Amino acid sequence: MTAASFRVVWLQSGGCGGCTQSLLCAEPRPLFDELRDAGIEFVWHPALSEASGAEALQILDDCAEGRRPFEALCIEGALLRGPNGSGRFHLMSGDGRPLADWAARLAARARWVFAVGACSAWGGFSASTPGNPLEACGLQYETDEPGGLLGEDFRSGSGLPVVNIAGCPIHPGWLVDTLEKAALEGLTAADLDGFGRPLLYAEQLVHHACARNEYYEFKASAQKHSDLGCLMENLGCRGTQAHADCNLRLWNGSGSCLRGGYACIACTEPGFEAPGHAFQETHKVAGIPVGLPVDMPKAWFVALAALSKSATPKRVRENAQSDHPVVRPLLKKGGK
Amino acid sequence: MSRIVVGPFNRVEGDLEVSLDVESGQVAAARVNSPLFRGFEQILVGRPPADALVIVPRICGICSVAQSAAAATALAALAGVAPPPNGVLARHLIQAVENLADHLSHFYLFFMPDFARPAYAGRPWHGELAPRFRAVDGAAAPELLRTRARFLNLLGFLAGRWPHTLALQPGGSTRALTVAERIRVLALLREFRGFLEGTLFGDRLEAFAALAHVDELDTWAAGRAADFPRFLRAAADLGLARCGRAGDRFLSFGAYGLYPAGTWQAGAVDNLDVARVREDVSHAWLIDGDPRPPAQGETVVAADKAGAYTWCKAPRYAGEAFETGALARQMVAGHPLLVDFVARHGASVTARITARMVELAMLVPHMEAWVRALVPGEPFCFSAELPESGEAAGLVEAARGSLGHWLSLRRGRIERYQIIAPTTWNFSPRDAAGLPGPLEAALVGLPAGDGALPTVQHVVRSFDPCMVCTVH
Repeated sequence: MTAASFRVVWLQSGGCGGCTQSLLCAEPRPLFDELRDAGIEFVWHPALSEASGAEALQILDDCAEGRRPFEALCIEGALLRGPNGSGRFHLMSGDGRPLADWAARLAARARWVFAVGACSAWGGFSASTPGNPLEACGLQYETDEPGGLLGEDFRSGSGLPVVNIAGCPIHPGWLVDTLEKAALEGLTAADLDGFGRPLLYAEQLVHHACARNEYYEFKASAQKHSDLGCLMENLGCRGTQAHADCNLRLWNGSGSCLRGGYACIACTEPGFEAPGHAFQETHKVAGIPVGLPVDMPKAWFVALAALSKSATPKRVRENAQSDHPVVRPLLKKGGK
Repeated sequence: MSRIVVGPFNRVEGDLEVSLDVESGQVAAARVNSPLFRGFEQILVGRPPADALVIVPRICGICSVAQSAAAATALAALAGVAPPPNGVLARHLIQAVENLADHLSHFYLFFMPDFARPAYAGRPWHGELAPRFRAVDGAAAPELLRTRARFLNLLGFLAGRWPHTLALQPGGSTRALTVAERIRVLALLREFRGFLEGTLFGDRLEAFAALAHVDELDTWAAGRAADFPRFLRAAADLGLARCGRAGDRFLSFGAYGLYPAGTWQAGAVDNLDVARVREDVSHAWLIDGDPRPPAQGETVVAADKAGAYTWCKAPRYAGEAFETGALARQMVAGHPLLVDFVARHGASVTARITARMVELAMLVPHMEAWVRALVPGEPFCFSAELPESGEAAGLVEAARGSLGHWLSLRRGRIERYQIIAPTTWNFSPRDAAGLPGPLEAALVGLPAGDGALPTVQHVVRSFDPCMVCTVH
């Protein structure tokens, strides 16, 4: 594939548009320059393209019927199949056919299919109303069960299942890097984890490089919003279980949820929308958080937590429950 | 008479379809369809109340902070808590970053590309504007995207990330700024001011914000090499100050302690009385009933309802359709330039765009002052204890206008949650009395059909619709 032929068709369905808004924050280079130089161009994007109305429908129909070639289909938002299988909760404007049908027609022609964001990957919040009256689903998943709109056996022209760039929203880098990998080097099954997420962001945990790690080590926990301490014990943080590189890649320059002072709600994981308890409170049994760090045996966690709490320095203990450092690190003379 | 269905009506946030009845080359009647229903009001029912802070930002990817602020305001009322001074300043800053980023994205990414259309080839300004504002590959795009991304870096400091932050809490902000970060934040604001003054206005913000009459604006714009003056020259050629008048009734819930809440109609500002808000569902695919105040609102799907043509309810204030947004905020606040615009020709494409520019110019100096007023070391957030039951409303201004959340709690769970978003007002359908929504009224009389200039496109986008919020 040459570097001038990675054409992307983008549709938005049952979502908030936030993944596109986040994508536009791509840095350091302006998004359009970054993509253009990698040979990636939008055939049509609902928020960005000039073509509107009948002209836009013609472009999409040409793509769906194979008259106009394209490489990648990006779908943002859940696919809404209700009410009663009619798809009328989201009909394509100006056309009257269910948007889910358009997504399926286009997916059948695409070399790669990307689910952009948690809604398109798993169904998202639209699928989390009790009983799912919207009949919402992801492209190839319903929450954590394979299936979804396209079915478990779907493979795009490249032979891959849907690539799930999950997150609510996506980090711009997750999509830009995945598109560039596909465009310039190709993607294989070895590039994806067991949920179809690109390993280039999903082989890390949000916990990695969390700026609160010293508080985590000593189980010096925040008690209330804006405290500097670890958010795992009381305020619902799931960063030790969530697959993403948020604290390595950082958001909007220097941010992340943890750096913003609030819990990771594991928005890259299927089913994060309905945790079964309040998002900002840690679910515990007998005083022990139910959601322990992945890969960590419970007995060891409990033993280490008890030990580290007993060894917590005064500085860490006091700063954990303040919104600014009240005790500074000790000064030592002569570098000793 | 013929009917034209325009859709997908793109370069707006979300899905939009506009039906036009055309007679003799002019729009005789318009109907606006919001074709996506996601049922957020149902998602919220039964959840713990603080979960609203996670769920409501996800209604909208472009005004997620405004949704957060409305929920946090309502929950603060239930908890009987008010944020500390730093928390109030942080919230103002976070909301202002989002609102101004939205104004800028709207102008460059959504609105201006229509002036690059081939239909305008031959106009005196087309040769200058088309290569600059063309969608995606226009010359203005790289600097705009870099500026927008850098401006949103403010929320990396203040709110962890954008969109979908949890930093806004009933008791304030989770993110206390340090002395060092305050310096970086001020530097980012200087950088943003530099773009506005160099590229968008070609003048000091304070000088532009002080323009008080349309004549002064015209003189100011003449020959000025900057993007907003470029728009003004094209708009003058196309007569856009006379296009897009709705009912000239304006609504604002008030913002930043700078812009008051109120209504404006027939030349007079009046106090806001929220008890006069009703939502009519007669033309929505929802079960019929008398118009209800939002605190008693219902959202029950009736997908086969005859006569319905949208998922959007029709909010009315004292039985009338009201326009909301930057122009409405500035009319209620009495900004002399916008008042002069409306006195001449009513609300219009040019007036709505100018109102956003006025807010960009006015708010950046306030943001600079808010950052300087932050006191590191003093609290940013108070604890908030939520009651088991109660009712409250959270009324805020999003970039696109008045946003209200009405909720009630019972036994520690959300019992009812009703939302009226800005574009619910602006793009509402007809009500039971047949009264059209503001956009439906604004489109009547515009040229349409084969060979017509894209005036309809300008008028629709002049409202900066957010369709994902509209129905939610």
